[in-house]
Amino acid sequence: MRHTISLLVENKFGVLSRVSGLFSGRGYNIESLSVGVTTDPRVSQMTIVTRGDDQIIEQITKQLNKLIDVIKVTDMVELEHVEREMILLKVAPRPERKFEVFQLAETFRGKIVDSSERTYTVEITGDEDKIEAFINLMKPMGIKELVRTGKVAIAREGVKT
Amino acid sequence: MKITGAEILLKSLKKEGVKHIFGYPGGVVLNIFDLLYDDKDLNLILTRHEQGAIHAADGYARASGKVGVALVTSGPGATNTVTGIATASMDSIPLVVFSGQVPTMLIGNDAFQEADIVGITRPCTKYNYLVKDVGDLAHIVREAFHIASSGRPGPVLIDLPKDVTAGKAEFVWPESMDIRSYKPRYEGNKWMIQKAAALIAKATRPVIVAGGGVVLSGAHKELRELAQMTGIPVTMTLMGLGGFPGSHKLSLGMPGMHGTYYANKAIQESDLLVAVGMRFDDRVTGKTDSFAPHAKIVHIDIDPTSIRKNIRVDIPVVGDVKRVLTQLNKVLKDEKKEQWAAVKKKWLAQIEAWKKERPLSYEASDKVIKPQFVVQKIYELTRGDAVITTEVGQNQMWAAQFYKFDKPRQWLTSGGLGTMGYGFPAAIGAQMAVPEKLVIDIAGDGSIQMNIQELATAVVNNLPVKVAILNNRYLGMVRQWQELFFQERYSHTSLDVTPDFVKVAEAYGAVGLRAEKPSEVEPVLKEAFSTRKPVVMDFVVDWTEKVYPMVPAGAPIDHMLFPEEEKPEKKKLRAVK
Ligand SMILES: Cc1ncc(C[n+]2csc(CCOP(=O)(O)OP(=O)(O)O)c2C)c(N)n1
Repeated sequence: MRHTISLLVENKFGVLSRVSGLFSGRGYNIESLSVGVTTDPRVSQMTIVTRGDDQIIEQITKQLNKLIDVIKVTDMVELEHVEREMILLKVAPRPERKFEVFQLAETFRGKIVDSSERTYTVEITGDEDKIEAFINLMKPMGIKELVRTGKVAIAREGVKT
Repeated sequence: MKITGAEILLKSLKKEGVKHIFGYPGGVVLNIFDLLYDDKDLNLILTRHEQGAIHAADGYARASGKVGVALVTSGPGATNTVTGIATASMDSIPLVVFSGQVPTMLIGNDAFQEADIVGITRPCTKYNYLVKDVGDLAHIVREAFHIASSGRPGPVLIDLPKDVTAGKAEFVWPESMDIRSYKPRYEGNKWMIQKAAALIAKATRPVIVAGGGVVLSGAHKELRELAQMTGIPVTMTLMGLGGFPGSHKLSLGMPGMHGTYYANKAIQESDLLVAVGMRFDDRVTGKTDSFAPHAKIVHIDIDPTSIRKNIRVDIPVVGDVKRVLTQLNKVLKDEKKEQWAAVKKKWLAQIEAWKKERPLSYEASDKVIKPQFVVQKIYELTRGDAVITTEVGQNQMWAAQFYKFDKPRQWLTSGGLGTMGYGFPAAIGAQMAVPEKLVIDIAGDGSIQMNIQELATAVVNNLPVKVAILNNRYLGMVRQWQELFFQERYSHTSLDVTPDFVKVAEAYGAVGLRAEKPSEVEPVLKEAFSTRKPVVMDFVVDWTEKVYPMVPAGAPIDHMLFPEEEKPEKKKLRAVK
């Protein structure tokens, strides 16, 4: 099963490699990982998406908790939460389909953040379903490049522990 | 007043009560070595290899219960410590290792003798540091000792760039330590302890499995109290030997791959396992799905990641073994004891029967020295009062089987990593820690050659350590596997050229002795034990001897092989080679 794990860690060099090393050292895969500093500049927030059965996820969360620099581990599966991801997608549509790109971007509340004679770069944020749907719709337009941020997640208010 | 980083380091070490450092010099640590030259309170023991220094610090820690300290240079000095650090890490031994590093401005430039030791040791340390500012040094040292010795202990590495040891700062020693993200849990959950006590009260065939955690937390008294009060028999893992008296009538010896028949039988037939400070290593469990099939499992460990890692657990108790056992004993004292006695009478009688059926034994001989006989003689002559270290292989298993450890910190062996070359330098460290004790490394002829250069360290420092080589001219344990599972294809396990160990000892200025016949064993041991010098004893043993019982890797632990299953004609054939 897929789990989104949220971590609060000390904002020090080497912490990211301790966390990722814990996964690679045990042969667990990270599907996505995003990191950024919190309102407290000494603390960073990581969001990790990984897969595993209950026993593996229990080990992962315990092992993460054991790392000296990890302040808090939350498995988002246990909480109602909001997940978002951002992608930048560069398409090179044939001239007759250019308008479709605009339309779809608008329907998905995306933004054209760059354009050239032949290409558009669209920015989209959303949960996984929305992102996947948008990518599928863009495929016929000729996707040239695509980058994803990885997920960030936050618990809904009122259900926080 | 500002002082140099090197001065801050030594002051910090003294604050931590350090007296002995094991180490090896090099360019980038010269600022520190220069200060050590005149220092009266800090004694640096120069080993002949950095791996020797780490194992010595480790042996010092295991024998004394204090934090072991090592100091090495950058690059090759630092990388030479990795095996020792990993050894300590697997066995949860508190060490603080200082490595030199190139000056901060050169880090990352592939400078001469640069290695990213913080990166290299990340997976095998409990924590590690690169000191970038001399102002942080005292704080980091304080934190490192705290992390190394608290919770589940382990090695911590501090990488010291040369300019940090030369730079200057005020010496500010933090009196208290608080790391917000590191709060080991010592007290066990009361509710879980109640549940554990209830299971213990109800069980009819209970067994305690004691691991290294009992030794590390100093819980041997509490464990003995628990066993004696309830009459539950105790089996000790390789790391747990000495955590419960091996000569006690409730002792089952070691479980697992080379464990006793009766320990494995008892586990497999038990209805309750109380696992204390042990982590269900695959050498203990064998095939996990057939391990203790009828038992409820109570698991007490300070490290939550040890619990449910390999084995299902019914009652997990996270906490320090000593404290949890104290809590548990308190609860159990209120239980009905007469009822236990009756139930346990039957269970203990069954165990007695198993002990009689297949005791630990070997075929004695008056023609050729049996390695088990040597260990037994060492036990008799030392009356169980020596500190025993071992190398890895058959020598280690025979030592574990035939020497009875009644007290903790008498038995130093590389259990988790299984590091050949551990025992001799560890003996040197142990001898520094307990100078009044007899310290003996039980060795194989293969393993001893991995750190034999430390004979120089023993001689120079007048350390009267003894090395008893069970010399079978083979990498015996691997040969045993080849014999049993690879059709006797002895690929690269014969040590055709083995040095004359007596001459090697003499060349270093130690004493060398040899025994070739069973009748010579005792005189050689007696002479060695009465010599206040390092002594190497070369026991030329029966090379065909194997460690029994043996559970083939991955089989259930009651599928044990015994020597009588060997075909006699095969035995003859091998003996004439
Ligand atoms: C550093 C290291 N390399 C390899 C091994 C694999 N190994 C385990 S036991 C063994 C043989 C040990 O031979 P020896 O020291 O002669 O002891 P014996 O088994 O004969 O008592 C080997 C090679 C190991 N444990 N450690």
